[in-house]
Amino acid sequence: MNFQKKYIMSHISKGMRLDGRKIDEHRKIHIEINPIEQAEGSAKVKIGDTVVIVGVKMGVGEPFPDRLNEGVLMVNTEFSPLASPEFELGPPREKAIELARIVDRGIRESKCIDNEKLCITEGEKVWMVMIDVQPISHDGNLIDAAGIAAIAALMSARMPKFDGNKVVYEKTDQKLPMTHDMPVPVTCAIMEGKLLVDPDLEEEEAMEGRLTITTTADGKICAVQKGSVGSFAMETIEEAIELSIKKGKEIRELIKKSL
Amino acid sequence: MERSDGRKNDELRPVKMKVGILKHADGSAMVSIGKTIAVAAAYGPRELNPRHMQESDRAILQCNYTMAPFSTNERVRPGPSRRSVEISKVTREALEPALFLKDFPRTTIDVYIVILQANAGTRTAGINAASLALADAGIQMRDLVTSIAAGKVNGHCALDLTGEEEEVTECDLPIAYMPRENKFTLMQMDGHITKDDMKHVIKLAVKGCETLYEHQKKALLEKWSKEGFE
Repeated sequence: MNFQKKYIMSHISKGMRLDGRKIDEHRKIHIEINPIEQAEGSAKVKIGDTVVIVGVKMGVGEPFPDRLNEGVLMVNTEFSPLASPEFELGPPREKAIELARIVDRGIRESKCIDNEKLCITEGEKVWMVMIDVQPISHDGNLIDAAGIAAIAALMSARMPKFDGNKVVYEKTDQKLPMTHDMPVPVTCAIMEGKLLVDPDLEEEEAMEGRLTITTTADGKICAVQKGSVGSFAMETIEEAIELSIKKGKEIRELIKKSL
Repeated sequence: MERSDGRKNDELRPVKMKVGILKHADGSAMVSIGKTIAVAAAYGPRELNPRHMQESDRAILQCNYTMAPFSTNERVRPGPSRRSVEISKVTREALEPALFLKDFPRTTIDVYIVILQANAGTRTAGINAASLALADAGIQMRDLVTSIAAGKVNGHCALDLTGEEEEVTECDLPIAYMPRENKFTLMQMDGHITKDDMKHVIKLAVKGCETLYEHQKKALLEKWSKEGFE
């Protein structure tokens, strides 16, 4: 066991974390709606010193051949070296792609967007919803920050106009066709069978495994991702599910309040 | 002349600057001018890899300018474009004259600029933010580099054009300037104007830089006087 992990664990056995949090406690979450006026929707989420901005842009394009009457959803992330000295310039690498895909799965599988309402002409023209995740500062748990910011940005988005040929980027009052089933990811670090909700950077560096569970308002699970190289038992998974539903509920309230 | 947002010809849009906004960068800053928002981080001097890029007698400065995909009306495709590569280059060349690179042989100083929202003047906002980030990182500098564009709209010379003005401009001229040294470190222009107008536009931009210089000093003092390093 490395020194950092030993140090963190010696605190955990006394039921506390290095920054004074309980093991099932998030850092302070702050949500700012629409910091980027130019985007159709946007949100800036701070979890402790982790900061993520998500912007939603909309365009018109062709539907996928197997879903002719549905809009297209895209989630993309680039890790700028601005956010962390660990990040390098260049096309997204596996961590960035994994993050975008976890956020994507949560939104897609929860069916929080009514995709059929994004169809303009079946088989020809549909709305494309492009969600871009821009980490500004990486101090651990980018996944939850990105997931919360993505759903908050979608909830706050207003559709531009389409004049039959091109998109006219004027703000309208029309919201995206959202159900209120907000998917919220909750990530736990796993150390010696213990679950640490919302790991900060120090804990992420020391953790054995990571489990992200995205839940919806009705208490259903819509996306799961195990990360990092550790292994864990069934009880740990059960505990993580309970925690994710409970914490997801609290965060969902926080998002509603900020809208 | 009445400008669309009611400003005078020699007036900047509202300016906001903040230093030390990022936990893990050596230095950082946010600059907003009107609706344009730039964030910059500086790292270094630090080890440069691969080694063949090292200069045995000095540090190198590397700058990268990126627009967030959601920063404009039409989504910006991620990845470098010809435009962003050119802006990264002129940004580096605008900042380098302010640094003492010979003091740190074989190292690199890296500057990353992200434009979160674009409404004209993104390269100049980026340079202002980058210059603050370098100062915040404690890298010694001859002077802060300040930057703004001026141009000519509806037959009148005007400072700090908005996106809407830029669409109808006869000339757009961004500069970077070290006020204490009275020296230019960036100069670009596109348009079609007489030499007298050009001189006038440059003078307007210099005036804008002098105002921005005060904003920059204030932003640095706001952070560093609190921490007792005044």
